[in-house]
Amino acid sequence: MAFELADGALDVLRGITLTIRQGDFVSLLGPSGCGKSTLLRLIADVLTPTQGRISVLGASPSEARRHRVLGMVFQQPVLLPWLTAEANVALPLRIGGWSRRHPPASSPAALLQLVGLDGFHRARPAQLSGGMQQRVAIARALVSDPQILLMDEPFGALDAITRDRLNEELLRIWTQVRRTVVFVTHSIAEAVYLSTRVVVLSPRPAQIRRIVDIDLPYPRRPAMKDTPEFTRYTAALRAALGEAE
Amino acid sequence: MRAVARPATILRAVPAGRAHERGRALRRRGLAVLGVVAALALWQGTVLLLRVPRYIAPSPVEVAVALRVEAGTLAANAWPTILETLGGFLVGNVIAVAIAIGFVHNRTFQHTVYPLAVTVRTLPIVAISPILVLLLGNGYAPKIAIAALITFFPTLVNMVDGLNAVDPQAQELMHVLSATRWEVFRYLRWPTSLPYLFSALRIASTASLLGAIVAEWIGSNKGLGYLILAATYDYRTPLLYATMAVASAIALALFGVISVLERYAVPWRRAEGATD
Ligand SMILES: Nc1ncnc2c1ncn2[C@@H]1O[C@H](COP(=O)(O)OP(=O)(O)O)[C@@H](O)[C@H]1O
Ligand SMILES: [Mg+2]
Repeated sequence: MAFELADGALDVLRGITLTIRQGDFVSLLGPSGCGKSTLLRLIADVLTPTQGRISVLGASPSEARRHRVLGMVFQQPVLLPWLTAEANVALPLRIGGWSRRHPPASSPAALLQLVGLDGFHRARPAQLSGGMQQRVAIARALVSDPQILLMDEPFGALDAITRDRLNEELLRIWTQVRRTVVFVTHSIAEAVYLSTRVVVLSPRPAQIRRIVDIDLPYPRRPAMKDTPEFTRYTAALRAALGEAE
Repeated sequence: MRAVARPATILRAVPAGRAHERGRALRRRGLAVLGVVAALALWQGTVLLLRVPRYIAPSPVEVAVALRVEAGTLAANAWPTILETLGGFLVGNVIAVAIAIGFVHNRTFQHTVYPLAVTVRTLPIVAISPILVLLLGNGYAPKIAIAALITFFPTLVNMVDGLNAVDPQAQELMHVLSATRWEVFRYLRWPTSLPYLFSALRIASTASLLGAIVAEWIGSNKGLGYLILAATYDYRTPLLYATMAVASAIALALFGVISVLERYAVPWRRAEGATD
């Protein structure tokens, strides 16, 4: 993948061959600016690759997008300030008359409950904290029942305490809904703690350095972060990132 | 684990915040009234002290008397001006909003029409007015046209900005949801533009009155613009001042109506604390 710039092309991704298994929680780990967001945008059909091919459950990204195979969570919550929390979650159902053709498996209210925002249905985004807004964004990504959840540093803008708490929540939600998750982060510990598998990317142009399977059992507990196995994984990933420099 | 603040906490916090807010608003209004009263007193004192003749500058009391005595004349001339102001306001803003919507959906249209609109804008309104009177006759039409023309441009510019002020990430979200252009407009662009629209409407409320009055100067035998000229020629200065007061009241009323509408149409702005 290359971006056309005024002073020539910028190579962002090169020779990435990656197969993501259904039901996995895959983290893409790499330094800032290496092309993680770009890779996610390619999968989500926000960008079209200059070379190469992407297949989402056997379909092209644009077909996948039209069938709402993918749900997306951005680094910012990107909520519409004029809508209530519940209306924000319901937005994907209104667009394209989605809910008329596909009755939702869980209502927006039920999803707000799932993400721990029971009682905040009528709150406007400005009345919610950053962490709560990001929960709304997760509920919105889940509402049209996607097979795959794409998350681009969803907790990157939050403080460490809120981030840890949302990591717990995300794991709980993931074990409940069991969707494939592609999770972008530049935090090694976050990647190990959440994922079944971590893909380490090199600096731009991003190439795959290593793919590490994280064989820690679920449900994962915060105490695991201090175990030798956990530390072995973080050390291995840190080494893989270091090689890249 | 669900360690989120209970909704009750928020419910308790809100009334306290409102009361505080109301207290501050009251204080602000009190200060505004105080400012007006002080200015009137200063004016009355100066006129009395310097013995300024009434035909040069009447005192506030004399203006108040004129407002009472000439109430019939003022009302008879206020109605046409109000009609022209509202008509021009409506026509100018509707056309401006429609063209702005056209601009964001069709760049070719924008590149053809925007320079034209800018050119029209640079023509002095007092110079266009006689031309429009010649074209449209002596009735309401030229006055409405001029009031519309003067409101048109600020609304067009604000609306183009507002419709383009959408968060790029929100646009990306709409793309991921495969939203059509119409849906992007309805769910994203239009609500985003509303605060911009209301700023424009506030400017337009005073501008359209100005347009109507200027238009009446050119050719009219009724309306506040006509009354201003007539009162000046006859040295009925208290009436001239009273006419100004009526004109100002009309502008303020329109301004007030727009502010109230804005509260209902853009409630999230208050939630964000975007006041003043
Ligand atoms: N639309 C674009 N046009 C040009 N360059 C871009 C564009 N989007 C991203 N880039 C560049 O591509 C590189 C990778 O960006 P990104 O995928 O956002 O990195 P990150 O890994 O931090 O998410 C950066 O150098 C960025 O400046
Ligand atoms: Mg990024």
